Amino acid sequence: MTTPSPIDAVTRDLWQVIAAVDETPVGVVSTTLLLDQRLAFSRDSEGNPVVWLRTNEEHGDEIDLATVTARLPVIIGYGYIWTSFGNPPDHLFPIPEYAESDRVNMSCGSIGVGSSAPRIVENFLDMGHFPYVHTDILGAEPHTEVKEYDVEVSEERDEVLATRCRFFQPRAALSATEGIEVEYIYRVPHPFCSVLYKSCPEDVSRQDVIAIFLQPMTAETTRAHLLQSMIDSTSTITDLRRFQQTIFGQDKPILENQYPKRLPLDPRAETPIRADKSAIAYRRWLSQKGITYGTIPMAS
Amino acid sequence: MTIILYDFELSGNCYKLRLLMSILGVRYDIIPVDFYPGRQHKSDWFLKLNPLGQLPVLVDDGLVLRDSGAILAYLARKYDPSGLWFPTEPAQLSEVLQWHAFADDITATASAARLALGMFYDFDLPKVQAGAHRLFRLMDEHLWFGEREGRDWLCAAPHPTTADIACFPYVMLSEEGGISRMDYPAIRRWTDRVRRIPGFMVMSGIFPAGRAAAE
Repeated sequence: MTTPSPIDAVTRDLWQVIAAVDETPVGVVSTTLLLDQRLAFSRDSEGNPVVWLRTNEEHGDEIDLATVTARLPVIIGYGYIWTSFGNPPDHLFPIPEYAESDRVNMSCGSIGVGSSAPRIVENFLDMGHFPYVHTDILGAEPHTEVKEYDVEVSEERDEVLATRCRFFQPRAALSATEGIEVEYIYRVPHPFCSVLYKSCPEDVSRQDVIAIFLQPMTAETTRAHLLQSMIDSTSTITDLRRFQQTIFGQDKPILENQYPKRLPLDPRAETPIRADKSAIAYRRWLSQKGITYGTIPMAS
Repeated sequence: MTIILYDFELSGNCYKLRLLMSILGVRYDIIPVDFYPGRQHKSDWFLKLNPLGQLPVLVDDGLVLRDSGAILAYLARKYDPSGLWFPTEPAQLSEVLQWHAFADDITATASAARLALGMFYDFDLPKVQAGAHRLFRLMDEHLWFGEREGRDWLCAAPHPTTADIACFPYVMLSEEGGISRMDYPAIRRWTDRVRRIPGFMVMSGIFPAGRAAAE
């Protein structure tokens, strides 16, 4: 085991995702790692999640949750259980679309990745890799150009926002029947979470929503929780999960072979190109916030 | 008459069948099974197909088959007119089956390590990783000596067999289980040769090989 990394004050006070509610059995201990701390969690007979610092519990033990008195804060959001080691805000960041009644909302599995949470956010924001990593699905040669797009850091919402992102995609979603130029909006509303909106092939007036919520297990290993909130009246949940897992399964080896595993925040550490505008804004935003967990901060 | 594959995209054992059917040009339909997180392979409807609760299952003309190695043999005998992919000459047959069993050992080690790291299965990670390295060492030596004798594939025949297909996926996916192939150069050359077999197809986590260097 590597030495635990210090948890910066901002990260300590954030809500951190740990598991999908529906995938957490009632009355049985589940275990995980968050920011180098061993956690145990479960759900009571009413289905409410309980999270605490793990002592000698084993995964799969039956447990009477009335005996658990030292509990960590818990909030449920977007089908997931979130907790915190500090003083988290009253609410999670908003994804209003999630509540629209005709959307199909689903987890797509929690996948372990041997990389830092910020590296995974950055890959999620990147369109340049589509034709090479997601060949014939999210991109295809010769359509490799990342066209000019806009990036801003919203002061009011404290999030990175990239808009007017356009890319030619042979199979933008499971509901796509032909290649289309897709328009994306990316939000980074939390240092370890990103939400993307993309043109919905089934209804041109609306957008599919795909979010990635990252649980930093250690500074260099992450549990990636994937959410889809889709407009799709024909596919099954199994089909939709498969599509997303196919994409993420293609990203995984690329992410795991990126070095250094922590995201360098010094602008001189790696050489960006124009297409990396959103990544540059994200790194600067992390740096200004003082996020050190999972990053290589600028030398002061 | 259609072949139906009960399939999970991220499963190397399912991919073995997609790969051989792609090479042989066999058409098939897929019924996706939500192995993770849905655990549908343990659901009542799936257990009726395979009481062992394991993927893949292949149905051909009403015949329900399980076990990736057995299905590779079935597909090759039935759909490979050349007879090369699964030979029946006794010595060759035994050699192929020996590597099918070796592939199951790779599944029990390298695939287990990948499930532990990627999907949080409760396996003894250092133990399964060490087990995979022991197998990879044996395989690398076998392939290295083979290359010295002009043999490109796992079996003695001068062409690939289902033995190569059976062993390939979880070798290629080993890094997801924290098992580096850095120390196994003959294995790496063999994976390049497998990836250049006409009809080769990828799965998530496996990328195509570059062109072979000019001789």
